[in-house]
Amino acid sequence: MKIAILGGGPAGLYCGLLIKKAHPTHEVTIVERNPADATYGWGVVFSDRTLAAFQEADYPTYRAIIDNFVIWDEIATHYHGATIRAGGHVIAGIARKLLLGILRERCADLGVPVRFDTEIHDLSELSAADLVIGADGVNSLVRQTHAAVFRPRVENGRARYIWFGTDRAFDCFTFIFRESAHGLFQVHAYPFGGTTSTFIVECDEATWRRAGLDTAGEAESIAFCEALFADDLRGCRLFSNNSKWINFPTLKTATWHHGNVVLLGDAAHTAHFSIGSGTKLAMEDAIALANALEHRSGQGIGGLEAALGEYELDRRPVVETLQAAARESRDYFEHVSRYLHLAPEQFTFHLLTRSGRVSYDDLRVRDARYVDALDRWYAARHGPPPATALDGAAAPDDAPVGRDASVGHDASGRSDGKSAPGHHASDGANRVRPALALIAPPPVFAPLTVRASTLPNRVALACAADGSARDGLAGEGHRHQLRVRSGSGVALVLTEPLAVSADGRVTSGDAGLYRPDHVAAWTEFVREARALGSARFAAVLGHAGRRGAMRPRRDGLDRSLADGGWPLIAASAVPYTLATPTPRAMDRADMDHVRDAFERAARMADEAGFDMLVLHAGHGYLLGSFISPLTNLRADEYAGPIAHRLRFPLEVLAAARAAWPAAKPLAVAFSVTDCAPGGLAPDDAVAVAAAFAARGADLIHVLVGQTTPDAEPIYRRGFLTPFSDRVRNEARVATLVGGYITTTGEANTLLAAGRADLCLLDPPELTEGAGAIESAAAWESDALGERARRVDGHTAATAAQGKPAARKGARVHP
Amino acid sequence: MRVGIGLPTTVPGMDGRAVVEWARRAEAGPFTSLGVLDRLVYDGFDALAAVAAAAAVTERVRLVTMVAVAPLRNTAILAKTAASIDSLSGGRLVLGLGVGARHEDYAAAGVDHRTRGRRFTDQLAALRQHWESGSFGPTGARRRGPELLVGGQSDQAFTRVARYADGYVHGGGPPRAFARAADKARAAWSDLCRPGRPLLWAQGYFALGDAATLTAAADYLRHYYAFTGPFAEKVAAGLLTSPQAIAQFLQGYAEAGCDELVLLPAVGGLDQIDRLAEILEPMGEPRASPAGTREAAT
Repeated sequence: MKIAILGGGPAGLYCGLLIKKAHPTHEVTIVERNPADATYGWGVVFSDRTLAAFQEADYPTYRAIIDNFVIWDEIATHYHGATIRAGGHVIAGIARKLLLGILRERCADLGVPVRFDTEIHDLSELSAADLVIGADGVNSLVRQTHAAVFRPRVENGRARYIWFGTDRAFDCFTFIFRESAHGLFQVHAYPFGGTTSTFIVECDEATWRRAGLDTAGEAESIAFCEALFADDLRGCRLFSNNSKWINFPTLKTATWHHGNVVLLGDAAHTAHFSIGSGTKLAMEDAIALANALEHRSGQGIGGLEAALGEYELDRRPVVETLQAAARESRDYFEHVSRYLHLAPEQFTFHLLTRSGRVSYDDLRVRDARYVDALDRWYAARHGPPPATALDGAAAPDDAPVGRDASVGHDASGRSDGKSAPGHHASDGANRVRPALALIAPPPVFAPLTVRASTLPNRVALACAADGSARDGLAGEGHRHQLRVRSGSGVALVLTEPLAVSADGRVTSGDAGLYRPDHVAAWTEFVREARALGSARFAAVLGHAGRRGAMRPRRDGLDRSLADGGWPLIAASAVPYTLATPTPRAMDRADMDHVRDAFERAARMADEAGFDMLVLHAGHGYLLGSFISPLTNLRADEYAGPIAHRLRFPLEVLAAARAAWPAAKPLAVAFSVTDCAPGGLAPDDAVAVAAAFAARGADLIHVLVGQTTPDAEPIYRRGFLTPFSDRVRNEARVATLVGGYITTTGEANTLLAAGRADLCLLDPPELTEGAGAIESAAAWESDALGERARRVDGHTAATAAQGKPAARKGARVHP
Repeated sequence: MRVGIGLPTTVPGMDGRAVVEWARRAEAGPFTSLGVLDRLVYDGFDALAAVAAAAAVTERVRLVTMVAVAPLRNTAILAKTAASIDSLSGGRLVLGLGVGARHEDYAAAGVDHRTRGRRFTDQLAALRQHWESGSFGPTGARRRGPELLVGGQSDQAFTRVARYADGYVHGGGPPRAFARAADKARAAWSDLCRPGRPLLWAQGYFALGDAATLTAAADYLRHYYAFTGPFAEKVAAGLLTSPQAIAQFLQGYAEAGCDELVLLPAVGGLDQIDRLAEILEPMGEPRASPAGTREAAT
């Protein structure tokens, strides 16, 4: 078989030698456009897992690589004058030039000729080959020749970056964040070869232009960066290699093979450099292609096609997973200035967990000392206010909650050259700090103080809509749900949304808070449940709006009652689905009624003994219908720009806040995106959160979607976390977030990173394996029974630990 | 986790009498359900017709389509057929629906392939209306209709599960793939405030016997999944052919929270039923003893 490989980079060379090794009779030729002595780029990095794959694929190259690489296991983050190091990330770096040398030598040993200085202009020049492998990089001729088949899509990143080398030998992978007069610059640096490092400088477009780099030549760019990072370079130089400021192109292709042509590495796909995987992916592609060809050898032309199919099938999921992570990472670096208010400890943790691939638990395994320090910092910073605050402040500067407090703001930025967990005493020297704890619980167990209320930990549970209420009167189901959750060890228990009026119910089985007997029932339930644990209780108040008068949720959602329905009201006369009734557009009198109903319900919630109030202004319910441009089509002063659409919800908030004791916290829940074209814009969502906070909301409960039917998010574990991250860190307001988080590990990850302040767990009944719908309540009865059996105090957060009280195990019983 | 067995309605060499005999034999085995695939342009049986026939010769097992391609069918007639089978089977129908994956089925049925998603969503909303209205009958059909499952891997599939259905039916693959899909179904279910949790059904292919049997089984899977290109090889490679492979597969699915797993035969010999029963019986509880007294064999 004749095989022509276009491109003499790592992918092409490695693939060529692997094929030749398996099939010495194949004629493998590598064609390279550049001369043998030309090389670009500085160092490349491999994880230990990639090295293991090299070891299996070809021992001699593996041996040569490991004899030449620099290995390190720390990631250092330089930020606000502090350096925080986190270990356990084993990465090996090698000079790209050296790697190419090793691969070329091995090609020569095996008899794979490399034709340098050979430019192919037309694939027909390779028509003698039985197989053409396009390893010719991101501007691949092979791919462009068959562009109609490969259908490449390139998406350019918004940040500008430039590759440099430096003779400063960093001792590990290093991130540097440096604020300048022009804006933020960040560096991704990693050592290779012992005396040199790769040094990539990145910034956003506006910063780049402000700094004049759009018109700067190479020498000027070097001079600028050397000056900006003089402290980090310690007198060392930056070197260019035809370096330019570019936007990172992420390439995806519809297929990687066509007839006897196949793409490899950058020719087929790219992933943002911030997860350092371009060469790794390319060389892993080479291994997979060589394996597939070997597997199908001797099966003729059909075998060749099958092999190329297998290669793609094998690699595509891996590449797509990595591209998804790279996209998260790229987005992070494009928006990193959003996080500059975070203290170094939290900023670093956020950075390390940016792509969603690394969790709190992973980091603990990799470097327990680092995570212990983080825990101490979190506990000290987010703990209850010191009892003896000399300045008499109700809360310390580091309690991130409340309309006047910016979230976790800490610009102290002292430079002591190392991390100082729990020691971010800001300048207020007259403030008494809690003693520095040696041991601290993980973030989920850090208390949270909101107004005069201190939640004992960071986990909340919500009650499910029970469906058993009559005329809004909650019953045994509600009592039971509250009891079980209270005894589960969580800090906060949310009711199902309670209607503020009879016509504000979603279904006729929904509970409400609009009659004296409702207050009496909830008073009893809350008092009873409170005795069972340390949880606080939040009443969620809502009005269904156009989603009212529906059938029970058991048989599906948003299906109108056939009989016994009631007239609906909403911001505008738009039905929820084609099959639901059209609501009446509210007039001012309706608005007064609704506002008064919320106000009355707030008073009733206080009377019933609730500790917190949550106003539900999301999911397409009444208040939400004002916020979304998709459902607010009014022509009056309550419509139009977001500030106007917010007028009525803010009026309701003000009324509820006034009726609700000042010492008790209040949260607002709203859909921060409609998940639909033309819906609430992300910037507007941040403004909405800030406006609610300014009017007395202490927490934002982050929701998305359901504004219109069939406009829901892409569901997966933790699907709400990115939305919470943005709202919290841009609007600087504390957030409560759910989104199918079921373990304390996930909760710790998002809390420690400052993506939210409180985490709404999905109870284990939703995550357990055994049983069917009928047994949905099994966990609840088990949990109650379990609690009753316990005598001592070690009940802390059974549910919060994601450990159901009665795990049945996997039972197979045909 | 309950375990069902598939009805070989798409494997080569099975005529109608053989399919009915299979259903009869499966009823006598340790299986809780009989599952059928659905495909129009392929040598095999209509899913609903096969289930109706099985209903007539069984008393106990539940009958599950996994999945019937809904958009190919007229919605009212689908509702009527399903209600009829529900009555004929004494309330044992579990109706798994999806959009399917094959263009040629749509072309043959004269249904627009591009709008299948929208059409499917509308169908799901309408089916329950038809059943609940009671205007279709027949006597003996459950008023709320059969349990409704939605299959598929798209993002919309999980929204449909949570908005319209009682649960999710997975299309096959290793346990970790099921676990990921189950998470999505649960996330959607929870976000949309449905009570309890979604029913979770799944499937896997098995073949037991000598080398010739296993070769025939793998060939069938390659042929059945040829429309997926090289993916057909992956399906064939996932065929369960040994007791420990089956035990591990069951264990993985049970741990991931599957309620009922249907093992689909990749060859049609009646001996397959007994061979599978022999493997399953020692794993489960003695059938005479009360439920919940014995932990799974691992």
